[in-house]
Amino acid sequence: MSEVLAAKPKGHIEVKNFSLAYETIEGPVQAVTDTQIHVNPGEFVSIVGPSGCGKSTLLNAVAGFLKPTTGIVTVDGERVNGPSAERGMVFQQYSLFPWKTVRENVEFGLKMRGMPRSQRERAARTLLGLAGLEAFEKHYPERLSGGMKQRVGIVRALATGPKVLLLDEPFGALDAQTRVIMQQILTNMWQRLKISVLFVTHDIDEAIFLSDRVYCMTARPGSIKAEIPIPLERPRQQSMMMSSEFLALRRGLMSLIREESLKAMGGEINDLGMQGLSIELQGHSLADVI
Amino acid sequence: MSSPALVRHPEDGMPTASIAEAGPVPAVTPAAAPTSFGALMLRWYRLNQGRLRATAIGIISLLAFLLVWHLLTTYRVVFFVRFTNVPSPLAVYASFVKAIHDPKFLMHVLLSCRRIFFGFSLAAIVGVPLGLIMGRFKLVHEIIFPVAEVLRPIPAIAWVPMAIMLWPTNEQSIVYITFLGSFFPILVNTLHGMSLVDPVLVRAAQCLGARERSIFREVYFPASLPHIFTGLTVGMGVAWVSLIAAEMISGQYGIGYFTWEAYSLVQYADIALGMIAIGVLGLGSSLLIRGAGQLVMPWRST
Ligand SMILES: Nc1ncnc2c1ncn2[C@@H]1O[C@H](COP(=O)(O)OP(=O)(O)OP(=O)(O)O)[C@@H](O)[C@H]1O
Ligand SMILES: [Mg+2]
Repeated sequence: MSEVLAAKPKGHIEVKNFSLAYETIEGPVQAVTDTQIHVNPGEFVSIVGPSGCGKSTLLNAVAGFLKPTTGIVTVDGERVNGPSAERGMVFQQYSLFPWKTVRENVEFGLKMRGMPRSQRERAARTLLGLAGLEAFEKHYPERLSGGMKQRVGIVRALATGPKVLLLDEPFGALDAQTRVIMQQILTNMWQRLKISVLFVTHDIDEAIFLSDRVYCMTARPGSIKAEIPIPLERPRQQSMMMSSEFLALRRGLMSLIREESLKAMGGEINDLGMQGLSIELQGHSLADVI
Repeated sequence: MSSPALVRHPEDGMPTASIAEAGPVPAVTPAAAPTSFGALMLRWYRLNQGRLRATAIGIISLLAFLLVWHLLTTYRVVFFVRFTNVPSPLAVYASFVKAIHDPKFLMHVLLSCRRIFFGFSLAAIVGVPLGLIMGRFKLVHEIIFPVAEVLRPIPAIAWVPMAIMLWPTNEQSIVYITFLGSFFPILVNTLHGMSLVDPVLVRAAQCLGARERSIFREVYFPASLPHIFTGLTVGMGVAWVSLIAAEMISGQYGIGYFTWEAYSLVQYADIALGMIAIGVLGLGSSLLIRGAGQLVMPWRST
């Protein structure tokens, strides 16, 4: 537990001159180009951007699942070359092991590290308690609601005491109410554990509410369009989402994203060869038309 | 081919069970509260309503089958199919009573069971690990798969002459044929299970610090278990098919031989007895595998 609740912030993520192209039959698909991002130790940073702009690609590269085509990813100065328990990840799809109970899922990382059974059981119980899940420790994931599954997923990723936590639209499949609760729980855990978080979402409110800083990406090939600091004070309350400060940030981000989404869609529409639309578009931007 | 049909639908303990299962789902019971014995019974009844219904319909259906059989044979119906020489259920029952006191019949049964045990166990011991390794290591897959694909379509029965040449004793060749019959379904299903493992789970394990061996043990293997058990169930069915065929052709003992011999000796009731014994043994062994599956995969039984 001492590691898990360590007080010193850690996990300085640095992504430099990053680009990544997928090899396909039709040739390389440039998913992300010329991207620099960083996450300071203990910072909560979000990435927003239109669908298909390469958010997951970027995150998977930080996790070590993908190799950058150019550039370098480091965490605390060490080059990332492969997944490791230092970088915990929560996936958009539910990714609990169906054959393990909730507690066994949480214990998994500790088991891989060779921690003796009784010790890791105790650690898992404590962590599940923090997330309000102790009553479900013996359940199999199948019997949990979506929100609970993602909570267990977060707890599992945190159990090994990673330096950074990577989340790829973890709440995408949840309803609005559950999302809000999950955001609160995530914030609590982050503040307690003082680790760095890199959070991918396409929900602007979520990004602003959670983050210290938000990166906004351009349409594919993705690169960083803007970097927006979120100066809202903490602890943040749900009521803040009505404040003028919040709404101003929201408006700003919204227009950035909208521009990019339209660009992305415009591209697709032209790709599809929808002649009528593209003729109409001559002389106008798509934004004017819609 | 009665036993593969029984084995392919292990969830239909009774022939009509699937019809019953398609019926309305029993109502969800309210959350638990301290309750009396009566209320508990009631809740048990409500939860198991579907299963009770299936059992009841199954029993009725079996009884109806017996009744039709009885009528067809007592009236010696000839309508395209000739029931003139077919033994009646009562005659079969009589020969059953005689048989269970006859050590020779029991020996036939036991010998068949022993052959199944050895042949099937060998197939599982070789097939499951081979499938897991082939699913994980491309090179092994590339080497073994073509050979397996060529040998797979050959029915186990077609192996009988070759088996007799290959193995020194009759017993060994029969076990070998049983092994072959169950080996390919087990291998193919294990491979299939491996190919369906969710890559997200592998990634999740990797970023929790799992290495190759742990991922194999903790992710690939349990994720493939449902398909492995499908393979075992199907394999068990084919093992019986192959065994009976082998016994009929080359055996001296065994339930298949017993059935064939009854025909040669014009003991018609024993033919039906042999057939029913094969059916019951086949069903019993696939139930055993199902039970084992539920023990090994507790997360799937709720
Ligand atoms: N394995 C792959 N092979 C080829 N192209 C890919 C592959 N994976 C992703 N892409 C392409 O790379 C681009 C970026 O994909 P990515 O999944 O990173 O987007 P995203 O921003 O996470 O989108 P979303 O918000 O919809 O999840 C997309 O245009 C996608 O089509
Ligand atoms: Mg994505």
